[in-house]
Amino acid sequence: MAGYYHQDDLAHFADVGKNAPDLWQKFSEWYAAVFAEGALSEREKSLIALAVAHAVQCPYCIDAYTQSCLEKGSNMEQMTEALHVASAIRGGASLVHGLQMRNCAAKVSM
Amino acid sequence: MKPFQQALTDSGLAPLRASGIRVFQINVGKLCNQTCKHCHVDAGPHRREIMTRETAELCIAALRKTAIPTVDITGGAPELNPSFRWLVEQSRELGRHVIDRCNLTVLLTPSQSGTAEFLALHQVEVISSLPYFLAEQTDAQRGSGVFEQSIEALKKLNSLGYGRPGSGLLLDLVYNPVGAFLPPAQQAVEADFKRELGRRHGIEFNSLYTITNMPINRFLEFLLRSGNYERYMEKLANAYNPAAAAGVMCRDTISIGWDGALFDCDFNQMLDLPVASGMHIRDFRPELLAQRSIVTGEHCYGCTAGSGSSCGGATV
Repeated sequence: MAGYYHQDDLAHFADVGKNAPDLWQKFSEWYAAVFAEGALSEREKSLIALAVAHAVQCPYCIDAYTQSCLEKGSNMEQMTEALHVASAIRGGASLVHGLQMRNCAAKVSM
Repeated sequence: MKPFQQALTDSGLAPLRASGIRVFQINVGKLCNQTCKHCHVDAGPHRREIMTRETAELCIAALRKTAIPTVDITGGAPELNPSFRWLVEQSRELGRHVIDRCNLTVLLTPSQSGTAEFLALHQVEVISSLPYFLAEQTDAQRGSGVFEQSIEALKKLNSLGYGRPGSGLLLDLVYNPVGAFLPPAQQAVEADFKRELGRRHGIEFNSLYTITNMPINRFLEFLLRSGNYERYMEKLANAYNPAAAAGVMCRDTISIGWDGALFDCDFNQMLDLPVASGMHIRDFRPELLAQRSIVTGEHCYGCTAGSGSSCGGATV
């Protein structure tokens, strides 16, 4: 294997369903329903997906949802703000664990 | 990728045939004051292929033989053709609705003094390209400074009554994606444009049409140069929508080239794919053209993807 991530693989996502077609079917239906227009617009859902894609650092998802956001009419300013939301939560999540550090230190300190 | 003809066959639409002629689209030539990166015409200031008065007269003679309700004048920048105003006047005298596909900035060029007023006087519908409501995206596609000039031209059109409620002067905008992706839902992006152009510039317009970029000429060159060609074509083919295919604009449009040759659409014209009969405007036979078989190719996926695409925007 020349490498782990290949752009062309994205088009073959459905291949992972080959050995568990029922589960893939359920996933596909649920996935489509999740991204359908609802209380949130399709555009808002794509922006959330783009932010989450960066948080979970999935290159396939970043590729797919960058294009999806553009195709839903979002611009680079909006997409960059979504990226910062994901980054802020990641950064904040680390920082807020500083309270655990402080609690641990307080417990063992005089 | 499945051949387009196969996609048509699989959805029961082959052979694709015209269902009449509702739009008489005249491409008056490739001369333009802009050189947009996505232009399927490959138009620009250096182009010299423009319709002569003689051919324009043949167009009006052909139009007179029919009751086709709409004359759609495109280019290039159609206003730069010396016969543009004559074509508009003649078409209006025949009682036809006239559309000018205007790039906006041409209205500010010295040679076009009074063109906006002329369009308003003749109640010409203006359909203007504006790929986005921000300068960065617009200038990236259409050239540096184009956004600012486009806003100025839109304000001028608004001042004449264009796009204003109750004026009867229609001003529509055209959104093209600034890259290798499909356009957004027309209704959603129209709402964005109305809100943002109104809030930022006080501009009003009637409708926004989303048009998919066609893999022809400059946009094709961009796709190839940027390594996006195969992916883009797959995206179009995967998004093939039989409902959009059933409603493609070529079924009720006849496209006339700058030299009088007839085509099923402006895209076929740029690919030098004439109507199957090879008919010229001087031999115009509307009764035959109204039921002609449409010449198709892989580029047709551009009009059948997703919500469809036409000179009048989404078709589904």
